[in-house]
Amino acid sequence: MNLNHPFSRKIFLLVIAVSIAIEGMAILVYTVKAQTQLTPSDDQVNAVASQLYCPVCENITLDVCTTPACVQWREMIREQLAQGATPAQIKAYFVQQYGLRVLTLPPPAGFNWVLYLLPPVIFLAALLLTVRFIRAHRGNGQNTPGSSGIDGGQNG
Amino acid sequence: MIANLGFGFLFIAFLISLYAIGTAIYGLCAKSHAFLESARIATIVIFPLVTLSVLSLLGLMLTGQFEYTYVFRVISQDMPLILKITALWGGQAGSLLFWVWLLAGVTAASFLWGKQKQLKALVPWAVIITMTTLAFFLFMVLFLENPFERIWLFANGQVVSSFIQPAGSFVVIPPAGFGLNPLLRNTGMVLHPPMLYLGFVTFLVPFAYAAASLITGEVSGDWMRLTRGWTLAGWIFLSAGLVLGSRWSYDVLGWGGYWSWDPVEIAALMPWLTATAFLHSAIVEERRDLFKLWNYVLVMLTFCLVILGAFLTRSGVLSSVHAFSGSSIGPVFFILIGLIFVTSLGLLLWRWNSLTASGELHSIFSRESLFLFNNILFVCLFLICLTGVLFPILSEVFTGQQVTVGAQWYKSTTGPLFALLLLLMGIVPLSVWGASSAKRLGNELWKPAVVSLLIPTGLLLAGIRSWGAVLALWLAGLVILVLFYDFWRTVSAWRSAMHEPLLASGFRLLLGNHRRYGGLLVHLGVVLMAVGIVGIEFFQTQTQVTIQQGSSFSFHGDTLHFDGLTTPGTTDDHEITSAVLTVDAGNGKTFSLAPCVDNYTAQAQSVTVPGVWSTPAGDLYIVLVDWQSSATTSATIRVYYNPLIDWLWIGAVVLILGGLFAFWPAKSVQERGQPT
Repeated sequence: MNLNHPFSRKIFLLVIAVSIAIEGMAILVYTVKAQTQLTPSDDQVNAVASQLYCPVCENITLDVCTTPACVQWREMIREQLAQGATPAQIKAYFVQQYGLRVLTLPPPAGFNWVLYLLPPVIFLAALLLTVRFIRAHRGNGQNTPGSSGIDGGQNG
Repeated sequence: MIANLGFGFLFIAFLISLYAIGTAIYGLCAKSHAFLESARIATIVIFPLVTLSVLSLLGLMLTGQFEYTYVFRVISQDMPLILKITALWGGQAGSLLFWVWLLAGVTAASFLWGKQKQLKALVPWAVIITMTTLAFFLFMVLFLENPFERIWLFANGQVVSSFIQPAGSFVVIPPAGFGLNPLLRNTGMVLHPPMLYLGFVTFLVPFAYAAASLITGEVSGDWMRLTRGWTLAGWIFLSAGLVLGSRWSYDVLGWGGYWSWDPVEIAALMPWLTATAFLHSAIVEERRDLFKLWNYVLVMLTFCLVILGAFLTRSGVLSSVHAFSGSSIGPVFFILIGLIFVTSLGLLLWRWNSLTASGELHSIFSRESLFLFNNILFVCLFLICLTGVLFPILSEVFTGQQVTVGAQWYKSTTGPLFALLLLLMGIVPLSVWGASSAKRLGNELWKPAVVSLLIPTGLLLAGIRSWGAVLALWLAGLVILVLFYDFWRTVSAWRSAMHEPLLASGFRLLLGNHRRYGGLLVHLGVVLMAVGIVGIEFFQTQTQVTIQQGSSFSFHGDTLHFDGLTTPGTTDDHEITSAVLTVDAGNGKTFSLAPCVDNYTAQAQSVTVPGVWSTPAGDLYIVLVDWQSSATTSATIRVYYNPLIDWLWIGAVVLILGGLFAFWPAKSVQERGQPT
């Protein structure tokens, strides 16, 4: 192509301009797309926030708390998610800032084990006592024919 | 003047409570019927005096006497009349007075009416116990949380709240009051606290007679039989209070749920659990002479938990959306709890040997054994709840670490036990008293059990893979089938025996045995509630979107169109911002919802009021989270779909009706005509 020819030079410049425009648009689209991908949705934010208690309110999880402070904390979660932080890392950050009370469940460690061990211990102890009670009050049943309790007596 | 009268009435009531205690003790020592009767009458006189005191406070509140601290804190000029009345229990001092009023009313009623009056030897001791409890509460209202205190200002600018004018101060009359906590400005609060408090205070009656029977050594069980009505009344009120609180939470807190496992909610649930266990085990003592000691433990534990709940809520030891702020009444409450607990324990240990029941358990498949398992489950539930409530306090005491025990822990620990309770509810109606066997129970149970298997099969075929939900719905279905199977079988037998129409036999049975069929109606209510709970716990879906005015989005098969923002009902006190959404539910069905945020400027607090569309299949529950109304109007909307949640409320109504049906005295079936 003879670039000295005015027509050829115009075409060349046009091709260059279109190429730059396409490249620019591609970069723009990529950037917007990347930003869209990196901006977590409200649902993603709430999924993490629901696992944290509001550090300043009483027994309200962060996802439903309406105070301005909680709105800011939710935005903080959004920023951290956008930067690639995992929910566990975000929770660790909140624990570091505000203490263990922000967690909906204390981690199973140290004294907290009481919380995890006591329910099964209570249940097993209750079963044990029940068995002992039944053994202590076991009768032969020879003189007590079964009754369904639907004979009109005051029963349950 | 009115405040002085109110305080004066209360002080006289306090003196009379002390008089009743002293007179009853003297009457017992001197064996003087006149003194004992005087003590009984004194218990009745207290109620009108406390009523006059309550009316005095209401007078101050309704006429806006803002120089009184309590009135200033809970009343504002623009509050409607109904809220000005409900503000009586909207703050610490007023609600404590309200509690005292209910306690005095229940106590007076128990010495005026009721079968328990037949227990003449027990009445003086019941007077001493009820009056000691009442005196404690009156003391707290008079000297620690006095609702008649005024606001005083010193020359140096210091402001104090006191009933008596401090030297060098003058009274301050603010032009307006602070007003009731915005969260409490809801119709649910009209009934929720009174029901809850009535439930709490009513348990004093069975407690007093149980303790009196231990003191006198009359442990035949008559106290339990004759105070049964009070126990059941307390249980009905407490159930209604819990359900109304749950509904208030659903309607006002705007979080899409009904029960948050908040410590104060649990504090009210714990006595309900032990009272429910007691209502069941009392039947076993009546029928089989078993669980005598256990029944004392349960009834005493229930009242201890009532006082513990009041202490936890009112002392400031717990942080909760429901709790009152810190107060000086903690130590007095602690003394009362200690006194009740130590006395109860001491009495039980004292009479331990005479509380051995003579009945026997013949089979673990008998009804009494199944009732025992039921009791064990209820007590385990109570102990788990107690662990969850106290753990944060213990953690702070022993490790200095503040922790929160959230809903997740309670759900995972109590869920399996509630499932086992459902299973028992499905078995017990077909079990028999006394001798039984697995084979006999199996013979009774296999037909409804086999039919009930259609439920999990259908659910699995429908693609539901949540095993917890499938199990819970199967158990709920089993209970319903058993209830109707048992009723149908009994009615059929009666129809054959009486040679009368089926409907007549059904009515005869229902009306002839209120207690049994009331109880079974309660079970039906519980199962319906369980269906609602399964729906919301396992199948709730939600999303949050930010949307421009005029745009739409889809959720759960519906199309939600955001029409715009409105500000209805804006006043100086608060500003309401409402998002109007038109919902296209398909098939040409459209409806409009307007979730709003009620922002109270004086209190710097906002109340989120959801827009709810209810159907038996589920609720569409919309919350306005945030909005922009500058250049382009947009709103952040959170939408929940709560499947089957209506059944929770329907079940609750059935449960209360069942309780009332069981409460209603009835002639036995035999009195109405035996089958030939």
